Amino acid sequence: MAPRQTPLNAAHKQLGGRLVDFAGWEMPVQYSGVIAEHEAVRTAAGIFDVSHMGEVEFKGAGALETANALITNDLAKATDGQAVYAGLLNDQGGFVDDVVAYRFNSEHILICVNASNADKDFGWMTERAKGVKPVNRSAEFAQLAVQGPKAFGIVQKLASKPLDGVATYRFTTGQVAGVECIISRTGYTGEDGFELYCPPKDAEKLWFAVLEAGKGDGLVPAGLGARDSLRTEMKYALYGNDIDDQHTPLEAGLGWIVKMDKGDFVGRAVLEKQKAEGVKRKLVGFELTEAGIPRSHYPILKDGQKVGEVTSGTMGPSVKKAVGIGYVPTALAAEGSVFQVEIRGRPVGARVVKTPFYKR
Amino acid sequence: MYPNDVKYTKDHEWAKKSGNTIAIGVTHHAQEALGDVVYVELPKIGAEVKAGERFGTIESTKAVSDLFSPVTGKVVKVNDDLSGNPQKVNSEPYAGGWIIEVEVGSTAEFDALMDSGTYQKLLSTSK
Repeated sequence: MAPRQTPLNAAHKQLGGRLVDFAGWEMPVQYSGVIAEHEAVRTAAGIFDVSHMGEVEFKGAGALETANALITNDLAKATDGQAVYAGLLNDQGGFVDDVVAYRFNSEHILICVNASNADKDFGWMTERAKGVKPVNRSAEFAQLAVQGPKAFGIVQKLASKPLDGVATYRFTTGQVAGVECIISRTGYTGEDGFELYCPPKDAEKLWFAVLEAGKGDGLVPAGLGARDSLRTEMKYALYGNDIDDQHTPLEAGLGWIVKMDKGDFVGRAVLEKQKAEGVKRKLVGFELTEAGIPRSHYPILKDGQKVGEVTSGTMGPSVKKAVGIGYVPTALAAEGSVFQVEIRGRPVGARVVKTPFYKR
Repeated sequence: MYPNDVKYTKDHEWAKKSGNTIAIGVTHHAQEALGDVVYVELPKIGAEVKAGERFGTIESTKAVSDLFSPVTGKVVKVNDDLSGNPQKVNSEPYAGGWIIEVEVGSTAEFDALMDSGTYQKLLSTSK
């Protein structure tokens, strides 16, 4: 099956983007180069096409309660105009996906899901929703992420209203470059910035307006390569790598997105048991103490035995170190713990460090 | 981008003869396809390498690729500069981005490699 294209496909080609198949979508992995784009986002700004992400809407009386019973975080404690990061779990407490849920009001919730999981998530939510019926609105949204220390100023220049009041993980609606958007102060890079949801037909207009407005500030188009190295330096989980249906939020170090006191939600029983008994393995961040680069699926060794596996790894362009993420037995999870990563048959020293690896 | 004073392999490496030693690196096409190079795993000096066999790896931000020796012989020099400056493979693949030097008993394997024109023809047909 040919990969799907976002409404910005022609724009990527025009800008020299190198397109690859990602989760069934033809997406730019880089334009000028991964490291240059990464550094632009850390020091100035970058714009990413994330239109492949999916969106599921709950609307009507009981929308909040319906969505809240499907996710780990608590939309009831959020205010209108607030977004929460959450797990969508299976009955075993493993991740079906990790999501961002937007609370417009108690009768309107929009959940942003990973592209690779969009159909699966919608099916799961439809099957388990008690109350409001979820609607798959993925085809009605393009999404652009503008990230970096200069992102606020660039988006503000184009916005129809002041955005100072839109704090981190808050959102509003309004026009950007004349395009009607959900303007969300969220991202996946560790930098300040916005994610802009807009109608697909307006995506190109918005994209080029941001490029133009950000030119003087050093904004560049950035691809999935930089997105991955930026998020890895923050130890932000990537579904399919660091989290999946076999791992719970507690094992993934995401206990903060699980609100046990909010009432029942899918997967709660398993988490309660895990919380009482303690988890057997934990997702940690480590750096290599010898030359090499950790990559996903490399074995983690202790005393010559395989005890875990690397889930993500990179040569961090900002931290200037080879850093990785992986599951290890709880006994090896404390900061300073040492183990080896097997790189093509060669054991290479590694040490658990405090995360995020990158600090602003 | 494809100088005439080196020879080329189908694995997108170049080889340059100087007496009975052969310097080896990756081509402009290879560095462009790899993207930003962040690590090169080098063999030890004295290691024996065989034509067509793996002698190291090169890692970019995106991928890990094997390096294959175009010739049989003994590694006499490795480019230690790449441990601190792997990006030289991108910026100057035929100069500061060289990877190893191999001492060979015979230059026959080297002589059989592609010249610049043949290699560029290969690139244009494989696109």
